[in-house]
Amino acid sequence: MSELALPKIDNSILNRKIEIVKKLSKLTDKENVLSEADELRPYETDALSVYTQTPLAVVLPENTDEVSEILKYCYSENIKVVPRGAGTGLSGGALPLQDAILLGLGKFNKILEIDYENKCVVTQPGVTNLGITHAVQHKGFYYAPDPSSQLACSIGGNVAENSGGVHSLKYGTTTNNILGVQMVMMDGTICRFGGKSFDQEGYDLMGLICGSEGLLGVVTEVTVKILKTPEVVRAALIGFPSIKEGGDAASEIISSGIVPAGMEIMDKALIEATDNFSKAGYPRDAELLLIVELDGTKSEVNELIRKVEAICKKNNCSSLKLSNSEKERLSFWAGRKAAFPACGAMAPDYYCMDGSIPRGKLAEALLEIKKLSEKYELPVANCFHAGDGNLHPLIMFDGNDKEQLRKTEEFGSEILKTCVRLGGVITGEHGVGIEKRELMCEMFNDNDIQQQLSIKKSLDEKNLLNPGKVYPILRKCAEEGRVHVHKNKDKFPDLPRF
Amino acid sequence: MSTKIKINSQIFQDSNNVYYPKDEVEVSDLIRELYKKDSPTEIIGNNSKSFIGNKTQSANTTSLSKISGIIDYRPEELYIKVKACTPINEIEKILSENSQELAFEPIDFGYIKDGKSNKGTIAGYLSCNYAGSRRFKVGSVRDHVLGFKGVNGKGDIIKSGGTVVKNVTGYDLSKLIAGSFGTLVALTEITLKVLPKKDSSTTVAIYPNNFEQIYDLFNKLSSSSSEISGAVFIPEQSNDKDFSGKRNTVFKFNDLQSNVSFLAFRVEGDKISIEEKINNLKKELKLNNSDISTLDVYQSEPFWEKINNLEVFEKTKHNLIRMVIPPANGSKLCKYLENNHNYFVDWCGSLFWIEVNSKKEEKIKNLKKMANDFGGYLTVIKTSSEYDYGEPIFTVDKVRLMISRKVKQSFDPKRILNPGKMYRGV
Repeated sequence: MSELALPKIDNSILNRKIEIVKKLSKLTDKENVLSEADELRPYETDALSVYTQTPLAVVLPENTDEVSEILKYCYSENIKVVPRGAGTGLSGGALPLQDAILLGLGKFNKILEIDYENKCVVTQPGVTNLGITHAVQHKGFYYAPDPSSQLACSIGGNVAENSGGVHSLKYGTTTNNILGVQMVMMDGTICRFGGKSFDQEGYDLMGLICGSEGLLGVVTEVTVKILKTPEVVRAALIGFPSIKEGGDAASEIISSGIVPAGMEIMDKALIEATDNFSKAGYPRDAELLLIVELDGTKSEVNELIRKVEAICKKNNCSSLKLSNSEKERLSFWAGRKAAFPACGAMAPDYYCMDGSIPRGKLAEALLEIKKLSEKYELPVANCFHAGDGNLHPLIMFDGNDKEQLRKTEEFGSEILKTCVRLGGVITGEHGVGIEKRELMCEMFNDNDIQQQLSIKKSLDEKNLLNPGKVYPILRKCAEEGRVHVHKNKDKFPDLPRF
Repeated sequence: MSTKIKINSQIFQDSNNVYYPKDEVEVSDLIRELYKKDSPTEIIGNNSKSFIGNKTQSANTTSLSKISGIIDYRPEELYIKVKACTPINEIEKILSENSQELAFEPIDFGYIKDGKSNKGTIAGYLSCNYAGSRRFKVGSVRDHVLGFKGVNGKGDIIKSGGTVVKNVTGYDLSKLIAGSFGTLVALTEITLKVLPKKDSSTTVAIYPNNFEQIYDLFNKLSSSSSEISGAVFIPEQSNDKDFSGKRNTVFKFNDLQSNVSFLAFRVEGDKISIEEKINNLKKELKLNNSDISTLDVYQSEPFWEKINNLEVFEKTKHNLIRMVIPPANGSKLCKYLENNHNYFVDWCGSLFWIEVNSKKEEKIKNLKKMANDFGGYLTVIKTSSEYDYGEPIFTVDKVRLMISRKVKQSFDPKRILNPGKMYRGV
């Protein structure tokens, strides 16, 4: 793995460790401050586990006032702070720094209010994404964004990353599903943006914070919108004899005016890998598999299914199966959700990429990736959120072979550059973090980056909050990035990744 | 206030000394020069909404109206990229030809301003971020912006976002630009998410007896799996003859009893699913024995146009307030407004349009206090000629004002773009 450039370590802070830990122990319960080597080890990395750093100390405050006091102290003493939610992020956004405090929000784990009349839930940031749905589903409601790690990832982390999921074409990402946040700025100022009403007036500061990867403030409370569960949800599993025909069908579904709840594509390599792994019963003769999920009222869904069937037949689908029960619908998804571990079972290591492309460019992107796969002599499997254009190629390699590792890095970088060339972006949902930092200049010029840095400076003038993330520090488009998983030892192997 | 300055650039100026840059390079040249000379400018599009917000006190006026035209429309990719001052009408026309639309349903502010349609430009619309009746279901304008290009207060051309819906690359500046009233960047290019137009629409009107019943209905409507895409309450205002006359004329439809208070909700989709949803809702709302009216598509579509044109407040000479609150407090607000103000409720109980017929700003102050207490906010959209701006027209607290100042500084350090349009000193 390439050497990772991080902000210059401030030795004067390292030398003051004892004093800093003592002070932090006064700002929160001393049990909430961790500073011994064995206590720090679990916090050395997030889900981009290839990079590790030992933080100066970990502090786990219990309420907003404590967060404010801790940040105020760090601000006055010029101590860097790295915020962390559940640590499931795939881009290294919560990677600690040796001279920084790691501020964990794990103790913020309570739902504060469920307000059905205003269709919202007020929650602390450490509550898991799925925890919110679990709290309201008995009344027929749910929280829409569903990142694949929803079992473990925290809602605060979702706000930091603007997390999506498979349903984001129809239901949007985190930014479209939150109503308000309480946040603490680096100097300790507590602020509130939005609340239970729609669209705050003035600058949309909530919109700015959402997806800012912990660089502008620490979120201590989130108000999320909840939706009524659709009456009927059905899925269709459709095989195609070629990438082009399947890609065309997906495009035609969208252009015909259908907005599917979810639409996923898998290529042949992934169909085989997942079917071997999870026995999902996928059509193994197909070159491309399309899963389309439709929701609404009964007649609405029936009508949509009829249209989807007609479009797929017109595009020469080789097989078409409709779910007739909830159990069957979930079985259609089983293989797709096992995509990551299935690749892990096929090779010692894999890299997961995360680019977005215009939907119509799918065939072009997949053909390009195929060519690159031949060029680098490395196998690749592709899954694609066809609804919203988010592509996740999984490159398989052996990390013990230095030459393969180098080639994988080059391959991955070329894929992301291809996404940009086709009109897309370098990250659809995993965030920039440290992973794609040096690729930012593929998308943005100096003016664009300077404007963003200028916002950062206006809200964190000393650059103490999560420094070294998102924005290039090497000033070159380095060949970094991707999620590296060794011997299928993902940091969270039990979480479905899609 | 700055005095007139001489600009070196060869940018077209009309007889009123308004600058008309023709592309982003000219916008950049102009602003760079104004930046060097510390000379602020008002930024306008087609002037359809320039009455909203504080009056800017600047030596120059820059019209972006020549920066107009569709750059790239991809129906199958669900996006349209346009030059910033493309008229909304032009965008809606081309989308409609492809059975698509701007789902956030742009409000036509022309009626309250001059009594006739003038939807203005997409840049103006994005700068206000005021979505129409479908907002509670589909999101606001800010939720439909995928990316933009523009010029900041230093004259730098900047961009953010792209054309894809899933994009977490860098700060999401599109959100920040929405509702910023041209105080952060002079927009030159906007990419919007577009969605398929629904085949048809039907509106059902109910005639409830009291505010509790109205809000109970709003709550049931927003809690149903049979999704609605609009819900308004139009109260009867018997104490104001002029207004009730206007109201009855605006909502004169064959199948609607427009002379009494009514709640109306809209269901969109194909004909079969509309029928199914309305039947479900009738059961859920227990409407089977109630007096209800059904407006077919030929009445339903113009009905919602009238709502989104704010036609009941056509050419109002009074202050017009836009208040947004969490719906659970709506019935209390209705009780307060009853017999005091002309108003109607949109967004399934969250959005109030209130006419304040008074020279005293005290009444606006009271309403603002209520908005704050209820967890919402208000904006004085249109001011009467007597309004002296003693009561700020936007709602902002001290901390947000402090942060807004910092954000403004990061885009526009010398306050060249629309200074004071939103907040004094910002």
